[in-house]
Amino acid sequence: MQLTGAQALIKSLEMEGVEVAFGLPGGCILPAYDPILESALRHILVRHEQGAGHMAEGYAHVTGRPGVCIVTSGPAATNLVTPLMDAYMDSIPMVAITGQVPTHAIGTDAFQECDTLGITRSVTKHNELVMTAQDLPRVMREAFHIATTGRPGPVLVDVPKDVLTSLMDWHWPSEGDIVAGLPGYRPTTRGNGRMIKEAARLIGEARKPVLYVGGGVLKARAAEALRALAELTGIPVVTTLMARGAFPDSHPQCLGMPGMHGNYTAVTSMQNSDLLIALGARFDDRVTGKVSGFAPDAKIIHVDVDPAELGKVRRPDVPIVGDCRLVIEELVQAVTALGGLEAQPDRTAWWEQLRAWQEQQPLRYQPAEPGEGLKPQQVIESLRDLTPEDTIVTSGVGQHQMFASQYYRFEQPYTWVNSGGLGTMGFSVPAAIGAKVGRPDKMVWAVDGDGCFQMTAQELVTASSERIPVKVAILNNAYLGMVRQWQEMFYGERYSEVYLSPDLPDYVKWAEAMGCVAFRVEDPSDIAPTIEKANSIDDRPVVVEFRTDSSEKVFPMVAAGQSNDDIIVAPDVTGS
Amino acid sequence: MAERKLHILSVLVQNRAGVLARVSGLFARRAYNIESLAVAPTDDPALSRITIVVAVESTPLEQITKQLFKLVDVLKITELDPAEAVERELLLVSVRATPETRGHVTEVVSIFEGTIVDVGHDSLTASLAGRPAKLDDFAELLRPFGILELQRSGRVALPRHDRTARTAPIRKVS
Repeated sequence: MQLTGAQALIKSLEMEGVEVAFGLPGGCILPAYDPILESALRHILVRHEQGAGHMAEGYAHVTGRPGVCIVTSGPAATNLVTPLMDAYMDSIPMVAITGQVPTHAIGTDAFQECDTLGITRSVTKHNELVMTAQDLPRVMREAFHIATTGRPGPVLVDVPKDVLTSLMDWHWPSEGDIVAGLPGYRPTTRGNGRMIKEAARLIGEARKPVLYVGGGVLKARAAEALRALAELTGIPVVTTLMARGAFPDSHPQCLGMPGMHGNYTAVTSMQNSDLLIALGARFDDRVTGKVSGFAPDAKIIHVDVDPAELGKVRRPDVPIVGDCRLVIEELVQAVTALGGLEAQPDRTAWWEQLRAWQEQQPLRYQPAEPGEGLKPQQVIESLRDLTPEDTIVTSGVGQHQMFASQYYRFEQPYTWVNSGGLGTMGFSVPAAIGAKVGRPDKMVWAVDGDGCFQMTAQELVTASSERIPVKVAILNNAYLGMVRQWQEMFYGERYSEVYLSPDLPDYVKWAEAMGCVAFRVEDPSDIAPTIEKANSIDDRPVVVEFRTDSSEKVFPMVAAGQSNDDIIVAPDVTGS
Repeated sequence: MAERKLHILSVLVQNRAGVLARVSGLFARRAYNIESLAVAPTDDPALSRITIVVAVESTPLEQITKQLFKLVDVLKITELDPAEAVERELLLVSVRATPETRGHVTEVVSIFEGTIVDVGHDSLTASLAGRPAKLDDFAELLRPFGILELQRSGRVALPRHDRTARTAPIRKVS
């Protein structure tokens, strides 16, 4: 069967089971858009290519399937750089297809030409320029294979225009062909049996262990296995920013989020532990604080599918390379073989200590006095109490992100979608759209800040026109809030270029202009009724602007570069 | 700060466009300068061997080699201990050689068992292959005559054959 390169490209997506792609056509990718008219593939037309990338990420986050975006060459490819890097940092499976100028024009500074391969080399797990149409199916299959196996990540396929228009003989390579064609790519999935036994032995000796759970547990679909391990051992669990929802917040063993803005008990449990069982976590600087002062007495069991993570920050006592789900399942067997829960040491003293910390240092904030602005924490608490348990919450980056992670309650995996590693402002709106496309059965709320919202809000036009009913809560404090917090605390209250204004833009008018229903909430008594009104609207996007207190800061906080022992639990109150 | 020691990495890669850029990019983003580089196909034309000499501490090198190994086009990485490896470079040097000094210059070349590959009226070009230290000495002894141009190749290296124990002298990094 003879196909054009364009037809082969779209057919490859269909063969990979892709149901939806996010994109925006342009010159060089034009031929690929023609066969989309005949395809069952749903294409969502974005308003900016960055939006396409973040939507693909949001989709992948909640479905576990690779997100796909299609854009043209030059500026479209460069607009995709941020989401590619975001997906690379947070290990999101994603396949990006970019148009390229015709092969004969490559390197001539042709119109809308850029060195896409060179520009995206360090922001992708792999990228490939396709020079003949005959190679397209193989390259596409390889792209999906690489994006979804081992440590997931973004893969970019760059396709020149003449490759899309030339003819090829259709051939779909087998899985075996793909593996044989990638001799340098053999991710380890099975953990080393001897190391797993050693890990089980260390667990059986630890008096003050903590399960340090990272995003890798979600990527490996290992939430159930984790719960089995936690309940078999009775060990407390902390879930990092990337792992919120991997273990239910309401579970008695859950201590919540550690890190720079983690709660006191989660942070301090790690500091005082004698064994950290790191599962799909990477000892990020936002978790460890000053590395030399991090969990000084803890032995480390480190499980990760990426061998480069083991020993990158902290040398593990027991390194295990492997898929988190497979390793945790084997760990469960190994612990069971040693006698299970009954054989675990008495950890009553440890739990008493943890409960005491929880009681002494709960998450807390000063509720608003009558006439004051809304407290952002209060808005998140209301959202938590008024939305179904399986609601998907996305966020941008900054104070609102931390408040959402701290005060929302995550009970199920794949309900929290945020930009952890790269910290991409503007992530939440497009990510929410992608998440809603992936899980149309679930309610999706984007928790956003006013600064973030202004970066990617135009994608609400996409949501309106495609009838993707996401809901957006803007915590409008009229500032780049986290920057303001740092300038207040570390720059002597010298506020430099951080004020945004509460009224400019008019968020309600702006949202309405983009086809959304919009509300503004200024009085605490209106929070709940407005959220309920928003929840009842399911045929178009809703934006609720909450006017929040500008001076509110995120606590607890471990200042950058400080030890976790120096956690500030509230203004002027240090924990230790 | 630990001393930056010279390390030799021998990296077996797929012989394809862009692979060298991927490999060198991992050094560049960490601001490590590659001291010497040699790339050529192996006996299997589908594969190339990249020999990299880099001055870097051991800890970051371990991280770089792990990251290198993650590249889809990289098949194998071997770190060669200079004491346990045979290393060779090629040097081409153009030296001023007037009728008065030509005899001395050719004498130095022949002592080092180099080859004169081109001769002009007042200059000549010699080539020498050998251990990097030998090439250093050769260049130093020619310098007083006036070096016009000097070009060294990247270093190539292979592990020494083991003559004692049965353990391989190669440290595999994977």
